[in-house]
Amino acid sequence: MIIGEQKPLPEILDMVQGYVHILVAGCEACVAVCLVGGAKEVAVIAAALRLAAKEKGRELQVEEASLVRQCEWEYVESLKEQVERADAVLSTACGVGVQTMARKYAKPVLPAINTTFLGMPEQPGFWTENCGACGDCVLDETGGVCPIVRCAKSMLNGPCGGSQGGKCEVNPDTECGWQLIYDRLTQLGQTHLLTRVMEPKDWSKERSGGPRRLIRKDIYTP
Amino acid sequence: MNPKSRLQALLEAGEFVVCGEMNPPLGADPEAVTRLSRHFAGFVDSVNLTDNASAIVRMSSAAASALLVQLGLEPIMQLTCRDRNRLAQQSEILGAAALGVRNLLCLTGDHQSLGNHPQARNVFDLDAVQLVHMVRRMRDEGKFQCGEEIKAPPQLFIGAAANPFADPFEFRVVRLANKIAAGAEFIQTQSVFDVPRFTRWMELVRDRGLDKRVHIIAGVMPVRSWKALDFMKKNVAGMSIPEELIARMKGAAEPKEEGVRLCVETIQQLRAVPGVRGVHIMPVNWEAIMPRVVEEARLLPRPTPPAPSEEAESGGP
Repeated sequence: MIIGEQKPLPEILDMVQGYVHILVAGCEACVAVCLVGGAKEVAVIAAALRLAAKEKGRELQVEEASLVRQCEWEYVESLKEQVERADAVLSTACGVGVQTMARKYAKPVLPAINTTFLGMPEQPGFWTENCGACGDCVLDETGGVCPIVRCAKSMLNGPCGGSQGGKCEVNPDTECGWQLIYDRLTQLGQTHLLTRVMEPKDWSKERSGGPRRLIRKDIYTP
Repeated sequence: MNPKSRLQALLEAGEFVVCGEMNPPLGADPEAVTRLSRHFAGFVDSVNLTDNASAIVRMSSAAASALLVQLGLEPIMQLTCRDRNRLAQQSEILGAAALGVRNLLCLTGDHQSLGNHPQARNVFDLDAVQLVHMVRRMRDEGKFQCGEEIKAPPQLFIGAAANPFADPFEFRVVRLANKIAAGAEFIQTQSVFDVPRFTRWMELVRDRGLDKRVHIIAGVMPVRSWKALDFMKKNVAGMSIPEELIARMKGAAEPKEEGVRLCVETIQQLRAVPGVRGVHIMPVNWEAIMPRVVEEARLLPRPTPPAPSEEAESGGP
């Protein structure tokens, strides 16, 4: 899922300065699951905005809403009345949700969270990045461990000389992706996959190739 | 122009080679290279020029290598994957070869978060294995990575690094084999302090016959104090520093002298390991000690490479 982290409150307060009617819009998909942007977090942020305004003696009206998915038109459209009443929308969705909302309405849409990565939960409150959305998946060759994002150097023929005790040279708290690949291929009896050289990657399928578009000809009719 | 490097010629002649290592200056003064070069001239066969080592910005490896060529020393240009994509790497290689560089060491590169611009974006378009292969194709097939023809292919002796002290230990030899398969002709290792572990690694290397397919040059580092060892043990990933060496340096009346002795002993131990074809001395800001280390390790005088013969024109070990 998409993992996010709430921006520091002072940054959010700075962002909403000058607006007198804010709609805080959440999303019940990924960001609700990773406890940063669902209805519960929307309520907390809304309360913080009200409190801050009250302390400064400023007039501020705050409404709350949370959509099933903020990245889909039908849900975003359902907010029409509330958005039109507001001066600005403070979105706790991922960057995609923020932009869907922004595309739909001629109102400022402000991000309350930083979208950080595509990841999975390790422990309650602890997530790790696991997919770089590189557009050319190699997980079949690497034991189901992504070398693009689990290796700090995105090596296809790792590990580098900084892997020690299973940890990455960048951070002793980070596991070495290639140690994980090695362990996993050993477990699967597929160590032969380690004895060949993986070719240079075609990064044009990643964002190096410019903004990506996907068209399914069987579905899409221009 | 003789396309074969001195390093390659000496290794092929069966000589035990000596490489040094120099960090290019932290500025634009070419005299700084000249001054440092005096500690190497006549004491080593070739000198590595690091490429923003530890992700700290310095004069470019290619420029410093070219300056060394002008001074009559032979450079081994290091090239990492951290700062340059395949376009920049290839142009750097062509430029360096045009300026007389004949040895290239292909590296992944330390992560930028460890250096002095931790907010930089990294590149890592290719990894070191892929870089080796690209250079090998550039030289032998006269092809750019994209497959297009190179008018005058670069003549380079192609090297890669190996770290016997990184993990997973058993996989280190597999990765070495991959680098050889990709086209590496010489290997320089991480600094050896843990001779027993290095020796075990070399056993695995010989078991696979890899020492016959590539020239292995073992790294050593003279240190001035126990603190230097302790710092590396605690802070530098991929190094193995036995406690007894720290204790030995700590107990020394003259730590610098002990550091030289330790380095010289290590060189002698490594020279006795079958399959080791030379040493690579990395003085890390103690370049002035180079002559003593080489002399006390009884590696002087440095040999003259044999005159190039007809058949010596082809690359590869």
